[in-house]
Amino acid sequence: MSADLAAPRATPRAPAAAALGLAAAAALLAFGFLRAESQAAVGWIAAIAVAAVLAAARLGALRWASRGALENERATGAALALGLALLVLAFHDDHFTLLLLARVLLVGMACLGLHVQLGMGGVVNFAGAAFFGVGSYTAAVLAARTPIPHLAVLAAGGAAAALVGSVLLLPLLRTRGHYAALVTIAFGIGFRTFLEVNDALGGPQGLNVRGFSLLGLSFNESWSVGGFELSFYVAYVALGFLLLGCAFAAVRRLETSWVGLALDAVRLDETAAAAFGVRAPRWKIGAFTLGNFITGVAGALSAMMTGYIAPNAFTFQESLVFVSIVLLGGIGNAWGLVLASFIVVVVPEKLQAIQEYRFLLFAALVVLVLVFRPSGLVPRALRRGFGGAA
Amino acid sequence: MSAPPLLSVRGLTRRFGGVLALDGLSFDLEPGRILGLIGPNGSGKTTFFNVLTGVTPAHGGEIRFDGRAVTNLPPQAVCELGITRTFQRSRLCLPLTVFDNVALGEHRHLEHGLLFNLVRRRALRRDFEALRERVRELVALFDPPLAERLSEPVAGIPMIDRRRIEICRALVSRPRLLLLDEPSAGMTSEETRRMMDDLLEVRRRFGDLTIVLIEHEMGVIERATDRCVVLDYGRKLSEGTYTEVAADPLVKQAYLGPG
Repeated sequence: MSADLAAPRATPRAPAAAALGLAAAAALLAFGFLRAESQAAVGWIAAIAVAAVLAAARLGALRWASRGALENERATGAALALGLALLVLAFHDDHFTLLLLARVLLVGMACLGLHVQLGMGGVVNFAGAAFFGVGSYTAAVLAARTPIPHLAVLAAGGAAAALVGSVLLLPLLRTRGHYAALVTIAFGIGFRTFLEVNDALGGPQGLNVRGFSLLGLSFNESWSVGGFELSFYVAYVALGFLLLGCAFAAVRRLETSWVGLALDAVRLDETAAAAFGVRAPRWKIGAFTLGNFITGVAGALSAMMTGYIAPNAFTFQESLVFVSIVLLGGIGNAWGLVLASFIVVVVPEKLQAIQEYRFLLFAALVVLVLVFRPSGLVPRALRRGFGGAA
Repeated sequence: MSAPPLLSVRGLTRRFGGVLALDGLSFDLEPGRILGLIGPNGSGKTTFFNVLTGVTPAHGGEIRFDGRAVTNLPPQAVCELGITRTFQRSRLCLPLTVFDNVALGEHRHLEHGLLFNLVRRRALRRDFEALRERVRELVALFDPPLAERLSEPVAGIPMIDRRRIEICRALVSRPRLLLLDEPSAGMTSEETRRMMDDLLEVRRRFGDLTIVLIEHEMGVIERATDRCVVLDYGRKLSEGTYTEVAADPLVKQAYLGPG
């Protein structure tokens, strides 16, 4: 009787092929961008990428493709994995490019931790780099002084970050908005100072970190498979992808579960949530701790990959980069983070011309996004079902 | 006295600075009844809801629910007793779907274990589908077309349906006491009439649901309530059936001024 009113499924599901197409286009652009040597070529490809995105948006193709990608997450994940594998194959002996890719994955994972906090629980964290650093330093110390297997070291890095984060819980729960942000800023700055004056942790000079090894297999040796020389970073890219993939899948599952619903309620209206029995502090603590754990694991692997860490890598400025990735990607959409991490990590490395001004440009970019597309490059998606139901 | 009161309020007091928002309020409410809480603006009606649900603490007096002292319990504990409410100004989560908003009302019965939600996806999905069916039935009682729009964000739903969603959110957990804070606010008289019909229908189905209703629409109060408590400056001015309080000269004076 009311067909006009009842139109929940009037929009048909976009096909999974859209996800594949989008991933293929992304991989192709990424390949061109990473392969380009001269600054002019890099600039041209960046310009082409921007033009292509704008044109696709104009034609409505972007909307269609991104809907297809977001509605068929498994296909999207598989397509991205395939794209990444092809990129790794193409750059199999190029240390620098592979390092960049691994860094995109680990920075993406660190920001995924922030996504759990800010995007899901509504808990601000301007000390992302500090928690990343806690994971890094934990890995450095444990790998150098204990025989703990390295997979457990990664977990310990996450656990240490979560534990250190609990110091902030009390002030965070008692403050709101700007004040809560200030609490985390103070912590981030204090953490770096602590590292600089702490000789046991290498002081300002920092620490060397042993490379990751699994079952006696060192990740820091180049392998050659059938005359095919593989950079040792290939292993780190693979492990980084595995970790990010697991964390990502877990976060997405939580988002489409009763946990995600409770966190949404806490973030959007604490008073109404409390009236229906939601214990907001419990959920904020959960989101903050889980987020720090994910960020800490990323930090631990990052330290073992780069082989050297120093307080300079864990500054407030670096925390702001993490936050800007979350803003750029779209608060509340984990897929946007991956895209934003790629842009923020790779573009300044390839475009040497802007390297010096990268923070200025990030700032401008974030302001532009906030003005013209406030919900980020990939806005938060509506939750349509729980437990994988559509 | 017949049945022991479900809700019993004694000398309840709440100050805001120098203003007494509640000044020694006392009344009893028997189970299965609908109590109308009326009075001029600022007479303490909503403050009473906020104190009862633990949003603002009381400064004196006592509230007993089903024989237990519940004064100044935290909101979550009040909810666990089976007391739910709607808000005077809509407090729905606009970016979430209709289903999400109503499902929030079931929060305390949902399984929140990390392992359950991460790993036991099939069981989670079954729970979800069962709850969606229940929500659909409940919403359909109020508005069948709305029951087909459960997956749409509330932001795109018109005002009257949002009010219905709020009532469904409060009803979905099958509370024992329902607090309705001006459900007719901003509605036409026709919409108000329909809303009241729906509510009485719901009450018939839910059996012994007890309701406290804050309302300015006297037609609603007359038709829907068993008893009324009239507040003025935080004090109980009058109590009785609607006909009784409407005839009370004190009530007329409070509403219309001394004349």
